[in-house]
Amino acid sequence: MSLQRADVKKIAHLARLAVSDTEADALVKDLSNILDLVAQMDAVDTGQVEPMAHPTDMAQRLRPDVVTETDQREALQANAPAVENGLFLVPKVIE
Amino acid sequence: MHDKSIAELSAGLKSGEFSSVELTRHFLDRIAAHDGRLNSFITVTEEGALAQAAAADARIQAGDAGPLTGIPLAHKDIFCTRGVRTSCASKMLDPFVAPYDATVVTNLAEAGVVMLGKTNMDEFAMGSSNETSWYGPVRNPWDTDRVPGGSSGGSASAVAARLCAAATGTDTGGSIRQPASFCGITGIKPTYGRVSRYGMIAFASSLDQAGPMTRSAEDAALLLTGMSGFDPKDSTSIDRPVEDYAAALGRDLKGLKVGVVKEFFGDGLDAGVGASVQAAIDELKKLGADVMEVSLPNSGLSVPAYYVVAPAECSSNLSRMDGVRFGHRCEDPRDLTDLYERSRSEGFGDEVKRRILIGTYALSAGYYDAYYLKAQKIRRLISDDFKQAFEQVDVLVGPSAPDTAFKLGAKSDDPVSMYLSDIYTIAVNLAGLPGMSIPAAPANGLPVGLQLIGNYFEEARLLNVAHQLQLATDWHRATPGGFE
Repeated sequence: MSLQRADVKKIAHLARLAVSDTEADALVKDLSNILDLVAQMDAVDTGQVEPMAHPTDMAQRLRPDVVTETDQREALQANAPAVENGLFLVPKVIE
Repeated sequence: MHDKSIAELSAGLKSGEFSSVELTRHFLDRIAAHDGRLNSFITVTEEGALAQAAAADARIQAGDAGPLTGIPLAHKDIFCTRGVRTSCASKMLDPFVAPYDATVVTNLAEAGVVMLGKTNMDEFAMGSSNETSWYGPVRNPWDTDRVPGGSSGGSASAVAARLCAAATGTDTGGSIRQPASFCGITGIKPTYGRVSRYGMIAFASSLDQAGPMTRSAEDAALLLTGMSGFDPKDSTSIDRPVEDYAAALGRDLKGLKVGVVKEFFGDGLDAGVGASVQAAIDELKKLGADVMEVSLPNSGLSVPAYYVVAPAECSSNLSRMDGVRFGHRCEDPRDLTDLYERSRSEGFGDEVKRRILIGTYALSAGYYDAYYLKAQKIRRLISDDFKQAFEQVDVLVGPSAPDTAFKLGAKSDDPVSMYLSDIYTIAVNLAGLPGMSIPAAPANGLPVGLQLIGNYFEEARLLNVAHQLQLATDWHRATPGGFE
Protein backbone atom coordinates (compact mmCIF):
# COMPACT_ATOMS: atom_id res chain seq x y z
CA MET A 1 0.00 0.00 0.00
CA SER A 2 1.75 3.18 -0.99
CA LEU A 3 0.84 6.44 0.63
CA GLN A 4 1.75 9.89 -0.65
CA ARG A 5 2.78 12.89 1.37
CA ALA A 6 -0.67 14.41 0.77
CA ASP A 7 -2.37 11.34 2.26
CA VAL A 8 -0.26 11.61 5.40
CA LYS A 9 -1.07 15.29 5.77
CA LYS A 10 -4.79 14.57 5.36
CA ILE A 11 -4.74 11.81 8.00
CA ALA A 12 -2.68 14.04 10.29
CA HIS A 13 -5.30 16.75 10.04
CA LEU A 14 -8.07 14.25 10.90
CA ALA A 15 -6.03 13.30 13.98
CA ARG A 16 -5.29 16.96 14.79
CA LEU A 17 -1.53 16.41 14.58
CA ALA A 18 0.78 18.98 12.99
CA VAL A 19 3.19 17.35 10.57
CA SER A 20 5.95 19.19 8.68
CA ASP A 21 6.96 18.22 5.14
CA THR A 22 10.08 16.44 6.39
CA GLU A 23 8.12 14.58 9.06
CA ALA A 24 5.46 13.67 6.49
CA ASP A 25 8.06 12.12 4.20
CA ALA A 26 9.48 9.97 7.01
CA LEU A 27 5.96 8.95 7.97
CA VAL A 28 5.15 7.95 4.36
CA LYS A 29 7.88 5.32 4.66
CA ASP A 30 6.99 4.12 8.18
CA LEU A 31 3.24 4.02 7.60
CA SER A 32 3.64 2.25 4.24
CA ASN A 33 5.72 -0.44 5.93
CA ILE A 34 3.07 -0.89 8.60
CA LEU A 35 0.34 -1.10 5.98
CA ASP A 36 2.36 -3.76 4.14
CA LEU A 37 2.42 -5.75 7.39
CA VAL A 38 -1.31 -5.29 7.77
CA ALA A 39 -1.98 -6.34 4.15
CA GLN A 40 -1.12 -9.90 5.20
CA MET A 41 -4.69 -10.09 6.47
CA ASP A 42 -5.89 -10.22 2.85
CA ALA A 43 -4.49 -13.75 2.56
CA VAL A 44 -7.52 -15.13 4.39
CA ASP A 45 -11.12 -15.16 3.13
CA THR A 46 -13.31 -13.82 5.94
CA GLY A 47 -16.54 -13.45 3.95
CA GLN A 48 -18.66 -15.56 6.31
CA VAL A 49 -16.94 -14.60 9.56
CA GLU A 50 -18.63 -12.53 12.27
CA PRO A 51 -16.47 -9.60 13.43
CA MET A 52 -15.41 -9.77 17.08
CA ALA A 53 -15.44 -6.56 19.11
CA HIS A 54 -15.32 -8.11 22.58
CA PRO A 55 -13.60 -11.36 23.69
CA THR A 56 -16.76 -12.85 25.16
CA ASP A 57 -19.24 -10.92 22.97
CA MET A 58 -20.49 -9.12 26.05
CA ALA A 59 -23.25 -6.54 25.62
CA GLN A 60 -22.97 -3.08 27.18
CA ARG A 61 -24.22 -3.18 30.77
CA LEU A 62 -26.86 -0.53 31.51
CA ARG A 63 -27.83 1.18 34.76
CA PRO A 64 -30.83 3.29 35.88
CA ASP A 65 -30.81 6.85 34.53
CA VAL A 66 -30.20 8.39 37.95
CA VAL A 67 -27.51 10.91 38.99
CA THR A 68 -24.75 9.20 40.95
CA GLU A 69 -21.83 11.60 40.59
CA THR A 70 -21.12 14.42 43.06
CA ASP A 71 -19.88 17.88 42.10
CA GLN A 72 -16.07 17.75 42.08
CA ARG A 73 -15.51 20.45 39.50
CA GLU A 74 -12.76 22.28 41.38
CA ALA A 75 -10.72 19.14 41.99
CA LEU A 76 -11.20 17.93 38.44
CA GLN A 77 -10.30 21.31 36.93
CA ALA A 78 -7.10 21.60 38.94
CA ASN A 79 -5.16 20.22 35.96
CA ALA A 80 -6.66 22.61 33.41
CA PRO A 81 -4.24 24.93 31.59
CA ALA A 82 -6.76 27.80 31.63
CA VAL A 83 -9.97 28.06 33.61
CA GLU A 84 -12.31 30.94 34.53
CA ASN A 85 -15.51 30.70 36.54
CA GLY A 86 -15.50 26.95 36.16
CA LEU A 87 -15.22 27.17 32.37
CA PHE A 88 -12.30 25.87 30.31
CA LEU A 89 -10.73 28.66 28.26
CA VAL A 90 -9.72 28.17 24.60
CA PRO A 91 -8.93 30.58 21.74
CA LYS A 92 -11.98 32.21 20.15
CA VAL A 93 -13.89 29.69 18.06
CA ILE A 94 -16.62 31.82 16.51
CA GLU A 95 -15.62 34.91 14.55
CA MET B 1 14.84 -8.45 53.23
CA HIS B 2 14.57 -7.70 49.50
CA ASP B 3 15.11 -11.36 48.62
CA LYS B 4 12.12 -12.53 50.65
CA SER B 5 8.81 -13.54 49.07
CA ILE B 6 5.63 -11.62 49.85
CA ALA B 7 4.53 -14.43 52.18
CA GLU B 8 7.88 -14.33 54.01
CA LEU B 9 7.70 -10.54 54.33
CA SER B 10 4.16 -10.77 55.62
CA ALA B 11 5.21 -13.33 58.23
CA GLY B 12 8.13 -11.15 59.26
CA LEU B 13 5.86 -8.11 59.64
CA LYS B 14 3.30 -10.05 61.68
CA SER B 15 5.92 -11.59 63.97
CA GLY B 16 7.48 -8.20 64.59
CA GLU B 17 10.84 -9.19 63.07
CA PHE B 18 10.71 -5.87 61.21
CA SER B 19 8.14 -3.14 60.67
CA SER B 20 6.63 -1.95 57.41
CA VAL B 21 8.32 1.42 57.98
CA GLU B 22 11.72 -0.34 58.19
CA LEU B 23 10.93 -2.46 55.14
CA THR B 24 9.76 0.56 53.18
CA ARG B 25 12.85 2.55 54.19
CA HIS B 26 14.97 -0.40 53.03
CA PHE B 27 13.39 -0.39 49.55
CA LEU B 28 13.53 3.42 49.29
CA ASP B 29 17.27 3.24 50.09
CA ARG B 30 17.73 0.58 47.42
CA ILE B 31 15.92 2.72 44.85
CA ALA B 32 18.16 5.67 45.72
CA ALA B 33 21.28 3.50 45.49
CA HIS B 34 20.51 1.56 42.32
CA ASP B 35 17.84 3.16 40.18
CA GLY B 36 20.27 5.64 38.64
CA ARG B 37 21.55 2.73 36.56
CA LEU B 38 18.09 1.50 35.58
CA ASN B 39 15.74 4.53 35.39
CA SER B 40 12.86 2.23 36.34
CA PHE B 41 11.03 4.88 38.41
CA ILE B 42 9.48 8.10 37.10
CA THR B 43 8.22 9.24 40.52
CA VAL B 44 9.27 8.01 43.96
CA THR B 45 6.67 8.80 46.64
CA GLU B 46 8.88 8.70 49.74
CA GLU B 47 6.65 10.68 52.12
CA GLY B 48 3.47 8.96 51.06
CA ALA B 49 5.12 5.54 51.28
CA LEU B 50 6.35 6.07 54.85
CA ALA B 51 2.90 7.34 55.90
CA GLN B 52 1.24 4.29 54.35
CA ALA B 53 3.81 2.05 56.03
CA ALA B 54 3.06 3.57 59.42
CA ALA B 55 -0.66 3.00 58.85
CA ALA B 56 0.06 -0.59 57.84
CA ASP B 57 2.09 -1.13 61.02
CA ALA B 58 -0.88 0.12 63.06
CA ARG B 59 -3.18 -2.37 61.29
CA ILE B 60 -0.71 -5.18 61.89
CA GLN B 61 -0.53 -4.28 65.60
CA ALA B 62 -4.32 -4.25 65.77
CA GLY B 63 -4.47 -7.72 64.25
CA ASP B 64 -6.27 -6.35 61.20
CA ALA B 65 -3.68 -7.32 58.55
CA GLY B 66 -4.10 -9.34 55.37
CA PRO B 67 -1.46 -11.06 53.21
CA LEU B 68 -0.53 -7.81 51.43
CA THR B 69 -0.62 -5.40 54.38
CA GLY B 70 2.62 -3.48 54.73
CA ILE B 71 4.14 -4.85 51.52
CA PRO B 72 5.99 -2.17 49.47
CA LEU B 73 5.25 -2.23 45.76
CA ALA B 74 5.35 0.05 42.73
CA HIS B 75 2.57 1.01 40.30
CA LYS B 76 3.13 1.37 36.57
CA ASP B 77 2.72 5.07 35.74
CA ILE B 78 -0.43 4.29 33.74
CA PHE B 79 -2.58 3.96 36.88
CA CYS B 80 -4.14 7.15 38.23
CA THR B 81 -2.91 7.78 41.77
CA ARG B 82 -4.66 10.62 43.58
CA GLY B 83 -2.39 13.59 44.32
CA VAL B 84 0.56 12.01 42.52
CA ARG B 85 1.81 12.73 39.01
CA THR B 86 0.48 10.18 36.53
CA SER B 87 2.38 10.63 33.31
CA CYS B 88 2.06 7.50 31.15
CA ALA B 89 5.73 8.32 30.43
CA SER B 90 4.60 11.12 28.11
CA LYS B 91 5.34 14.84 27.90
CA MET B 92 1.60 15.16 27.26
CA LEU B 93 0.82 14.18 30.86
CA ASP B 94 3.98 15.36 32.61
CA PRO B 95 1.97 18.14 34.34
CA PHE B 96 -0.97 15.84 35.17
CA VAL B 97 -1.67 15.09 38.84
CA ALA B 98 -4.41 12.48 39.05
CA PRO B 99 -7.51 13.66 40.95
CA TYR B 100 -8.57 10.11 41.75
CA ASP B 101 -7.22 6.59 42.27
CA ALA B 102 -7.59 3.79 39.76
CA THR B 103 -9.65 0.89 41.10
CA VAL B 104 -6.52 -1.32 41.04
CA VAL B 105 -4.80 1.27 43.25
CA THR B 106 -7.80 1.50 45.59
CA ASN B 107 -8.13 -2.28 45.86
CA LEU B 108 -4.46 -2.71 46.76
CA ALA B 109 -4.51 0.28 49.13
CA GLU B 110 -7.45 -1.27 50.97
CA ALA B 111 -5.38 -4.45 51.27
CA GLY B 112 -2.76 -2.27 52.97
CA VAL B 113 0.07 -2.16 50.42
CA VAL B 114 2.66 0.61 50.51
CA MET B 115 3.23 2.45 47.21
CA LEU B 116 6.92 3.26 46.69
CA GLY B 117 6.34 5.16 43.46
CA LYS B 118 5.34 5.07 39.78
CA THR B 119 7.34 3.04 37.33
CA ASN B 120 8.62 3.99 33.91
CA MET B 121 7.04 2.52 30.77
CA ASP B 122 6.82 2.96 27.02
CA GLU B 123 4.85 6.14 26.25
CA PHE B 124 1.10 5.46 26.58
CA ALA B 125 1.98 1.74 26.78
CA MET B 126 3.03 1.66 23.12
CA GLY B 127 6.25 -0.25 22.76
CA SER B 128 8.13 -3.47 23.44
CA SER B 129 11.41 -2.14 24.81
CA ASN B 130 10.69 0.80 27.15
CA GLU B 131 12.68 3.05 24.79
CA THR B 132 9.83 5.41 23.93
CA SER B 133 9.45 6.97 27.39
CA TRP B 134 9.74 10.75 27.56
CA TYR B 135 11.73 10.23 30.77
CA GLY B 136 14.39 8.17 29.01
CA PRO B 137 14.75 4.43 28.46
CA VAL B 138 14.75 1.84 31.21
CA ARG B 139 17.70 -0.55 31.38
CA ASN B 140 17.68 -4.27 32.02
CA PRO B 141 19.37 -5.10 35.37
CA TRP B 142 20.84 -8.28 33.84
CA ASP B 143 22.81 -6.14 31.33
CA THR B 144 22.33 -2.40 31.45
CA ASP B 145 23.17 -2.03 27.73
CA ARG B 146 20.02 -3.99 27.00
CA VAL B 147 16.31 -3.25 27.09
CA PRO B 148 14.03 -4.62 29.83
CA GLY B 149 11.23 -5.17 27.33
CA GLY B 150 8.01 -3.15 27.25
CA SER B 151 5.76 -1.53 27.77
CA SER B 152 5.94 -2.45 31.51
CA GLY B 153 9.74 -2.21 31.43
CA GLY B 154 10.08 -0.11 34.58
CA SER B 155 8.00 -2.52 36.65
CA ALA B 156 9.91 -5.54 35.29
CA SER B 157 13.31 -3.97 35.87
CA ALA B 158 12.43 -2.78 39.41
CA VAL B 159 11.13 -6.21 40.44
CA ALA B 160 14.14 -8.05 38.95
CA ALA B 161 16.57 -5.72 40.74
CA ARG B 162 14.49 -6.09 43.91
CA LEU B 163 13.84 -2.36 44.29
CA CYS B 164 10.28 -3.30 45.33
CA ALA B 165 8.58 -6.51 46.48
CA ALA B 166 6.27 -6.52 43.45
CA ALA B 167 4.81 -4.17 40.85
CA THR B 168 1.70 -3.71 38.78
CA GLY B 169 1.83 -3.79 34.99
CA THR B 170 -0.54 -3.69 32.05
CA ASP B 171 -0.69 -5.86 28.95
CA THR B 172 -2.35 -4.95 25.65
CA GLY B 173 -0.20 -6.98 23.24
CA GLY B 174 2.29 -8.59 25.63
CA SER B 175 3.41 -5.71 27.83
CA ILE B 176 3.50 -7.75 31.06
CA ARG B 177 4.65 -11.07 29.60
CA GLN B 178 7.43 -9.90 27.27
CA PRO B 179 9.24 -7.68 29.84
CA ALA B 180 8.76 -10.44 32.45
CA SER B 181 10.52 -12.73 29.97
CA PHE B 182 13.38 -10.28 29.29
CA CYS B 183 13.93 -9.53 33.00
CA GLY B 184 13.58 -13.05 34.37
CA ILE B 185 10.48 -12.49 36.47
CA THR B 186 6.89 -13.76 36.67
CA GLY B 187 3.97 -11.84 35.20
CA ILE B 188 0.35 -12.66 34.46
CA LYS B 189 -2.22 -10.95 32.26
CA PRO B 190 -5.64 -12.11 33.47
CA THR B 191 -8.76 -12.76 31.37
CA TYR B 192 -10.17 -9.58 29.81
CA GLY B 193 -12.60 -8.12 32.32
CA ARG B 194 -11.11 -9.81 35.41
CA VAL B 195 -9.36 -6.66 36.65
CA SER B 196 -10.98 -3.22 36.47
CA ARG B 197 -9.69 -0.71 33.92
CA TYR B 198 -11.17 2.29 35.77
CA GLY B 199 -8.40 4.83 36.25
CA MET B 200 -6.00 2.89 34.01
CA ILE B 201 -5.20 5.28 31.19
CA ALA B 202 -6.66 3.66 28.09
CA PHE B 203 -4.60 2.55 25.10
CA ALA B 204 -6.77 -0.09 23.36
CA SER B 205 -9.97 -0.57 25.29
CA SER B 206 -10.84 -4.05 23.99
CA LEU B 207 -7.34 -5.39 24.75
CA ASP B 208 -5.94 -3.64 27.86
CA GLN B 209 -5.66 -5.60 31.13
CA ALA B 210 -3.74 -5.00 34.36
CA GLY B 211 -1.81 -7.70 36.19
CA PRO B 212 0.89 -8.41 38.77
CA MET B 213 4.65 -8.60 38.09
CA THR B 214 6.51 -10.50 40.79
CA ARG B 215 9.36 -12.91 41.43
CA SER B 216 7.18 -15.99 41.78
CA ALA B 217 3.78 -17.45 40.94
CA GLU B 218 3.05 -17.61 44.66
CA ASP B 219 3.53 -13.83 44.94
CA ALA B 220 1.55 -13.22 41.74
CA ALA B 221 -1.38 -15.21 43.13
CA LEU B 222 -1.57 -13.01 46.24
CA LEU B 223 -1.36 -9.82 44.21
CA LEU B 224 -3.88 -10.93 41.58
CA THR B 225 -6.48 -11.70 44.25
CA GLY B 226 -5.89 -8.20 45.65
CA MET B 227 -6.24 -6.55 42.23
CA SER B 228 -9.24 -8.44 40.85
CA GLY B 229 -12.95 -7.87 41.18
CA PHE B 230 -16.12 -6.60 39.56
CA ASP B 231 -16.21 -2.81 39.25
CA PRO B 232 -19.42 -1.00 38.22
CA LYS B 233 -17.24 1.95 37.11
CA ASP B 234 -15.70 -0.19 34.32
CA SER B 235 -18.38 -1.13 31.82
CA THR B 236 -16.30 -4.09 30.61
CA SER B 237 -15.69 -5.48 34.09
CA ILE B 238 -16.94 -9.04 34.52
CA ASP B 239 -19.26 -9.74 37.45
CA ARG B 240 -17.66 -12.87 38.78
CA PRO B 241 -16.45 -13.65 42.32
CA VAL B 242 -12.75 -13.17 43.01
CA GLU B 243 -10.88 -16.39 43.61
CA ASP B 244 -8.32 -17.00 46.30
CA TYR B 245 -5.62 -17.75 43.76
CA ALA B 246 -3.15 -18.82 46.47
CA ALA B 247 -5.44 -21.62 47.61
CA ALA B 248 -5.23 -23.54 44.35
CA LEU B 249 -1.44 -23.52 43.94
CA GLY B 250 -0.80 -26.90 45.57
CA ARG B 251 -2.54 -29.26 43.16
CA ASP B 252 -0.15 -31.66 41.39
CA LEU B 253 0.07 -31.77 37.61
CA LYS B 254 -0.60 -35.47 36.99
CA GLY B 255 -2.77 -35.86 33.96
CA LEU B 256 -2.64 -32.18 33.04
CA LYS B 257 -3.02 -31.90 29.26
CA VAL B 258 -0.47 -29.46 27.88
CA GLY B 259 -0.54 -28.25 24.27
CA VAL B 260 2.68 -27.06 22.67
CA VAL B 261 1.76 -24.46 20.05
CA LYS B 262 3.34 -25.61 16.80
CA GLU B 263 3.35 -22.17 15.18
CA PHE B 264 5.35 -20.65 18.07
CA PHE B 265 8.42 -22.78 17.26
CA GLY B 266 8.92 -21.78 13.65
CA ASP B 267 11.26 -19.35 11.91
CA GLY B 268 12.24 -16.32 13.90
CA LEU B 269 12.62 -18.12 17.24
CA ASP B 270 16.13 -17.86 18.69
CA ALA B 271 17.63 -21.35 18.99
CA GLY B 272 18.76 -20.83 22.61
CA VAL B 273 15.32 -19.58 23.62
CA GLY B 274 13.69 -22.55 21.91
CA ALA B 275 15.96 -25.03 23.70
CA SER B 276 15.30 -23.40 27.07
CA VAL B 277 11.52 -23.43 26.56
CA GLN B 278 11.71 -27.08 25.46
CA ALA B 279 13.60 -27.96 28.66
CA ALA B 280 10.84 -26.30 30.71
CA ILE B 281 8.23 -28.32 28.82
CA ASP B 282 10.22 -31.48 29.61
CA GLU B 283 10.01 -30.55 33.30
CA LEU B 284 6.21 -30.42 32.96
CA LYS B 285 6.33 -33.97 31.56
CA LYS B 286 8.40 -35.06 34.58
CA LEU B 287 5.70 -33.58 36.82
CA GLY B 288 3.12 -35.84 35.19
CA ALA B 289 1.69 -33.69 32.39
CA ASP B 290 0.59 -35.19 29.07
CA VAL B 291 2.28 -33.04 26.45
CA MET B 292 1.02 -32.92 22.85
CA GLU B 293 1.33 -30.62 19.86
CA VAL B 294 -1.55 -28.32 18.94
CA SER B 295 -2.03 -25.88 16.11
CA LEU B 296 -3.35 -22.32 16.07
CA PRO B 297 -3.50 -22.00 12.28
CA ASN B 298 -4.47 -18.30 12.13
CA SER B 299 -2.02 -17.11 14.79
CA GLY B 300 0.35 -15.83 12.07
CA LEU B 301 -2.21 -13.09 11.38
CA SER B 302 -2.26 -11.85 14.94
CA VAL B 303 0.40 -9.16 14.46
CA PRO B 304 -1.25 -7.68 11.33
CA ALA B 305 -4.71 -7.74 12.94
CA TYR B 306 -3.39 -6.20 16.17
CA TYR B 307 -1.64 -3.39 14.30
CA VAL B 308 -5.02 -2.34 12.99
CA VAL B 309 -7.20 -2.89 16.07
CA ALA B 310 -4.84 -1.43 18.68
CA PRO B 311 -3.88 1.73 16.75
CA ALA B 312 -7.53 2.28 15.79
CA GLU B 313 -8.62 2.09 19.40
CA CYS B 314 -5.67 4.20 20.53
CA SER B 315 -6.46 6.93 18.00
CA SER B 316 -9.89 7.17 19.57
CA ASN B 317 -8.67 7.00 23.18
CA LEU B 318 -5.91 9.53 22.73
CA SER B 319 -8.22 12.08 21.13
CA ARG B 320 -9.04 13.19 24.67
CA MET B 321 -5.50 14.61 24.97
CA ASP B 322 -6.40 17.93 23.34
CA GLY B 323 -4.68 20.55 25.50
CA VAL B 324 -8.05 21.89 26.68
CA ARG B 325 -8.90 20.27 30.00
CA PHE B 326 -5.61 18.78 31.27
CA GLY B 327 -2.11 17.91 30.14
CA HIS B 328 0.27 19.79 27.91
CA ARG B 329 -0.95 22.87 26.08
CA CYS B 330 1.17 24.70 23.49
CA GLU B 331 2.06 28.34 24.07
CA ASP B 332 0.05 31.14 22.44
CA PRO B 333 -2.36 29.08 20.35
CA ARG B 334 -3.57 31.10 17.34
CA ASP B 335 -6.93 29.35 17.12
CA LEU B 336 -8.58 26.12 18.24
CA THR B 337 -7.09 24.01 15.45
CA ASP B 338 -3.63 25.33 16.23
CA LEU B 339 -4.20 24.59 19.93
CA TYR B 340 -5.12 20.97 19.19
CA GLU B 341 -2.45 20.33 16.54
CA ARG B 342 0.50 21.90 18.33
CA SER B 343 -0.39 20.66 21.82
CA ARG B 344 -0.72 17.13 20.52
CA SER B 345 2.34 17.24 18.26
CA GLU B 346 4.50 18.66 21.05
CA GLY B 347 3.07 16.32 23.67
CA PHE B 348 3.22 12.96 21.84
CA GLY B 349 6.36 11.05 20.85
CA ASP B 350 7.01 9.51 17.43
CA GLU B 351 5.71 5.99 18.10
CA VAL B 352 2.48 7.31 19.59
CA LYS B 353 2.00 9.56 16.55
CA ARG B 354 2.62 6.67 14.16
CA ARG B 355 -0.02 4.58 15.87
CA ILE B 356 -2.56 7.40 16.03
CA LEU B 357 -2.05 7.97 12.29
CA ILE B 358 -2.39 4.28 11.34
CA GLY B 359 -5.47 4.04 13.54
CA THR B 360 -7.04 7.17 12.08
CA TYR B 361 -6.41 5.86 8.56
CA ALA B 362 -7.92 2.46 9.37
CA LEU B 363 -11.08 4.04 10.71
CA SER B 364 -11.47 6.74 8.07
CA ALA B 365 -14.22 6.77 5.48
CA GLY B 366 -13.59 4.24 2.76
CA TYR B 367 -11.10 2.21 4.73
CA TYR B 368 -13.09 1.01 7.76
CA ASP B 369 -14.29 -2.23 6.06
CA ALA B 370 -10.94 -3.12 4.54
CA TYR B 371 -8.99 -2.58 7.73
CA TYR B 372 -10.86 -2.40 11.03
CA LEU B 373 -13.74 -4.71 10.17
CA LYS B 374 -11.37 -7.16 8.48
CA ALA B 375 -9.14 -7.17 11.56
CA GLN B 376 -12.12 -7.90 13.80
CA LYS B 377 -12.98 -10.89 11.61
CA ILE B 378 -9.41 -12.16 11.84
CA ARG B 379 -9.77 -11.68 15.59
CA ARG B 380 -12.76 -14.05 15.55
CA LEU B 381 -10.75 -16.68 13.63
CA ILE B 382 -7.84 -16.43 16.07
CA SER B 383 -10.20 -16.74 19.00
CA ASP B 384 -11.91 -19.77 17.47
CA ASP B 385 -8.51 -21.47 17.03
CA PHE B 386 -7.98 -21.18 20.80
CA LYS B 387 -11.49 -22.53 21.51
CA GLN B 388 -10.70 -25.59 19.44
CA ALA B 389 -7.31 -26.08 21.08
CA PHE B 390 -8.87 -25.93 24.55
CA GLU B 391 -11.18 -28.77 23.60
CA GLN B 392 -8.10 -31.00 23.52
CA VAL B 393 -5.84 -29.52 26.22
CA ASP B 394 -6.00 -27.65 29.54
CA VAL B 395 -3.09 -25.26 29.03
CA LEU B 396 -1.05 -24.05 26.05
CA VAL B 397 2.70 -23.42 26.22
CA GLY B 398 5.38 -21.78 24.15
CA PRO B 399 7.99 -19.04 24.35
CA SER B 400 6.97 -15.58 25.60
CA ALA B 401 9.28 -13.79 23.18
CA PRO B 402 11.30 -14.81 20.09
CA ASP B 403 14.60 -13.66 21.57
CA THR B 404 16.36 -12.58 24.74
CA ALA B 405 16.74 -8.90 25.66
CA PHE B 406 18.21 -6.97 22.71
CA LYS B 407 20.56 -4.00 22.99
CA LEU B 408 19.16 -0.48 23.35
CA GLY B 409 18.73 1.06 19.93
CA ALA B 410 18.88 -2.26 18.06
CA LYS B 411 15.29 -2.04 16.79
CA SER B 412 14.61 1.70 17.00
CA ASP B 413 14.93 2.33 13.28
CA ASP B 414 12.41 -0.25 12.22
CA PRO B 415 8.99 -0.10 13.87
CA VAL B 416 7.82 -3.29 12.20
CA SER B 417 10.78 -5.28 13.53
CA MET B 418 9.92 -4.01 17.02
CA TYR B 419 6.28 -5.07 16.51
CA LEU B 420 7.39 -8.65 15.83
CA SER B 421 8.71 -8.89 19.43
CA ASP B 422 5.11 -9.53 20.44
CA ILE B 423 4.49 -12.31 17.95
CA TYR B 424 3.68 -14.95 20.59
CA THR B 425 1.81 -12.76 23.04
CA ILE B 426 -0.58 -10.75 20.87
CA ALA B 427 -3.04 -13.53 19.95
CA VAL B 428 -3.80 -13.96 23.65
CA ASN B 429 -4.94 -10.34 23.97
CA LEU B 430 -7.01 -10.55 20.79
CA ALA B 431 -8.85 -13.55 22.24
CA GLY B 432 -9.06 -12.03 25.74
CA LEU B 433 -7.55 -15.13 27.36
CA PRO B 434 -5.29 -15.22 30.44
CA GLY B 435 -1.58 -15.53 29.72
CA MET B 436 1.47 -15.79 31.95
CA SER B 437 5.25 -15.69 31.61
CA ILE B 438 7.62 -17.38 34.06
CA PRO B 439 11.40 -17.76 33.91
CA ALA B 440 12.88 -20.77 32.12
CA ALA B 441 16.62 -21.52 31.99
CA PRO B 442 18.68 -18.61 30.63
CA ALA B 443 20.00 -18.55 27.04
CA ASN B 444 22.96 -16.50 25.85
CA GLY B 445 23.41 -15.57 29.53
CA LEU B 446 20.06 -13.76 29.54
CA PRO B 447 16.59 -14.55 30.93
CA VAL B 448 14.05 -16.53 28.88
CA GLY B 449 10.29 -16.66 29.47
CA LEU B 450 8.00 -19.68 29.21
CA GLN B 451 4.49 -18.57 28.27
CA LEU B 452 1.44 -20.36 29.67
CA ILE B 453 -1.99 -19.65 28.15
CA GLY B 454 -5.26 -20.72 29.73
CA ASN B 455 -8.93 -20.77 28.87
CA TYR B 456 -11.21 -17.93 30.02
CA PHE B 457 -11.00 -17.32 33.81
CA GLU B 458 -8.45 -20.11 34.31
CA GLU B 459 -5.93 -17.86 36.09
CA ALA B 460 -5.90 -20.28 39.04
CA ARG B 461 -4.86 -23.12 36.74
CA LEU B 462 -2.02 -21.09 35.19
CA LEU B 463 -0.74 -20.01 38.61
CA ASN B 464 -0.94 -23.63 39.80
CA VAL B 465 1.09 -24.95 36.86
CA ALA B 466 3.63 -22.14 37.25
CA HIS B 467 3.96 -22.73 40.99
CA GLN B 468 4.48 -26.49 40.61
CA LEU B 469 7.18 -25.80 38.02
CA GLN B 470 8.79 -23.29 40.41
CA LEU B 471 8.79 -25.87 43.23
CA ALA B 472 10.65 -28.34 40.99
CA THR B 473 13.13 -25.88 39.43
CA ASP B 474 15.02 -22.78 40.54
CA TRP B 475 15.19 -20.68 37.37
CA HIS B 476 12.93 -18.05 38.99
CA ARG B 477 15.35 -17.67 41.94
CA ALA B 478 18.20 -16.29 39.83
CA THR B 479 18.94 -12.62 40.43
CA PRO B 480 20.98 -10.13 38.38
CA GLY B 481 24.48 -9.40 39.69
CA GLY B 482 25.33 -5.97 41.09
CA PHE B 483 22.07 -5.42 42.94
CA GLU B 484 22.79 -7.35 46.13
